[in-house]
Amino acid sequence: MSPPRPKPKLDQENRAFWTGGAEGKLNITRCNDCGQYTHPPRILCRHCQSENVAPEAVAGTGEIDTFSINHQPWAPGLEVPYVIARVRLDGVPGVYLTTNIVNCAVDEVNFDDKVRVTFEERDGIFYPLFEKAN
Amino acid sequence: MAKREAYISGVGQSEVGVRLPRHPLLLTVDAVKEALDDAGLTLDQIDGVFSFPGKSHGYLAFSPVGTDELIEVLGIKSKWQMGAIEQPAQLSAIGMAAWAVKEGICRHAICFRTVYEAGGMANPEEYMPLRHDTVSGFTQWTAPFWATSAACWTAQYAARHVHKYGMTREQLGQIAINGSKNALLNPRARAITKEELTLDKYMSARMISTPLCLYDCDRFSDASTVIIVSAGDALDEVKATPIRIAAASGSVDRYSWDQVEWFAAYDAGRDLWKNTDYKPKDVDTVQFYDGFAFLPITWLEGLGFCERGEGHRFIEGGTRIARDGELPLNTGGGQLGAGRLHGFGFAHEAVTQLRGAAGPRQIPGDPKVAVATSGGGPMAAALLLARD
Repeated sequence: MSPPRPKPKLDQENRAFWTGGAEGKLNITRCNDCGQYTHPPRILCRHCQSENVAPEAVAGTGEIDTFSINHQPWAPGLEVPYVIARVRLDGVPGVYLTTNIVNCAVDEVNFDDKVRVTFEERDGIFYPLFEKAN
Repeated sequence: MAKREAYISGVGQSEVGVRLPRHPLLLTVDAVKEALDDAGLTLDQIDGVFSFPGKSHGYLAFSPVGTDELIEVLGIKSKWQMGAIEQPAQLSAIGMAAWAVKEGICRHAICFRTVYEAGGMANPEEYMPLRHDTVSGFTQWTAPFWATSAACWTAQYAARHVHKYGMTREQLGQIAINGSKNALLNPRARAITKEELTLDKYMSARMISTPLCLYDCDRFSDASTVIIVSAGDALDEVKATPIRIAAASGSVDRYSWDQVEWFAAYDAGRDLWKNTDYKPKDVDTVQFYDGFAFLPITWLEGLGFCERGEGHRFIEGGTRIARDGELPLNTGGGQLGAGRLHGFGFAHEAVTQLRGAAGPRQIPGDPKVAVATSGGGPMAAALLLARD
């Protein structure tokens, strides 16, 4: 039994990201003035400093930009190996998510693989993990 | 008035070990005393104290000693001090001391970095360990996915180098192998490296986070390293050969380990040459931050010793970066060979080499110019050091 994932401390800036999975949404903060995305989410747009920002549900698909197979158990009982990937999100230029690629063997993961989000819920946090899209 | 220069006038280091019983404040005082002795200075001549990252109350073993308490226990009449983590990497503390002496605010400043990460693990009640159950700040974007360590974060960019530029494990392994060879000639590294790392042993090591294996990651150590920075017009008080801080650079574009395209070493590397007439070809030795073996490759590329995406080919076979090679790297063993001194060890070794004081590991050819770097991921600082 793997230990529980570290739990993000929710605040005004990150709540929509970590809880959006309750409605099946991958929320990324977007500026209603310049249209660009700010991730990690902030209370203002990092591109034009507008305060007119809001979480937007994005497609939830993307590609594996880079990845590593992790063999080190960083906590007692953590099951290894597992894949840590940096996913570039479709339609969200310049934004990457560090995540895990799940529901496949670690040696089936490759650069540029198409992936889609799948949420793992625990204690009110919806962790956006990704699985291969086909 | 002519521009005042800043020099490194003394270096010192405590015993370096794993789970040392000696209190980290005492290790720090040991290193201060050695550095003062080296420079020929006394405590009453010190008027500034600079450190990275300052006392780390949330994770005490990472940085157990602050500038305030050093000022207190050493009776220093300090004119300026700083101990802050919001700087462009560890060696920026030396850059700030250089600024203070150039401005005439300080004449002789102590810069220090004390680590107690091994001893702290043995005594978690006194040296609060990092919490993993609840995360906030930048770690909330990695830790929930069990990308717990900077090894995992660095591995993402190293894996890209494998995929995009063809870096092999045999090439990457040269950093740790070179470090172990040099560490065996460094008396302060005896507790960290006991035998030479062979390529066979490297290739059969267990993986941490691909492509980084056990030997690509530095090891928690207990030690203190001190660098004394003096004003150019105070050198008549100094007995050791002064080493000029010829240039410094730093970079933080975004403090994020996963949103940046390239590590900050590329910008800091480019910028080190902006305020000096020296060029990469003038450099006799480089001391590059190697908390993870991939990082020196980013520094080689960032500083322009080779093209972007060519660093692993530059170090192939290890001859170019050996002590008798064209660009001796991490001649004291680096952090992989001589312990996780967290940045300051690179300045210490550069000064030692430039003075010709490195004993059996001394590089040939009367070295006059060195680069020392620190940082990884989104933060980086570099120093160009010269013996006039």
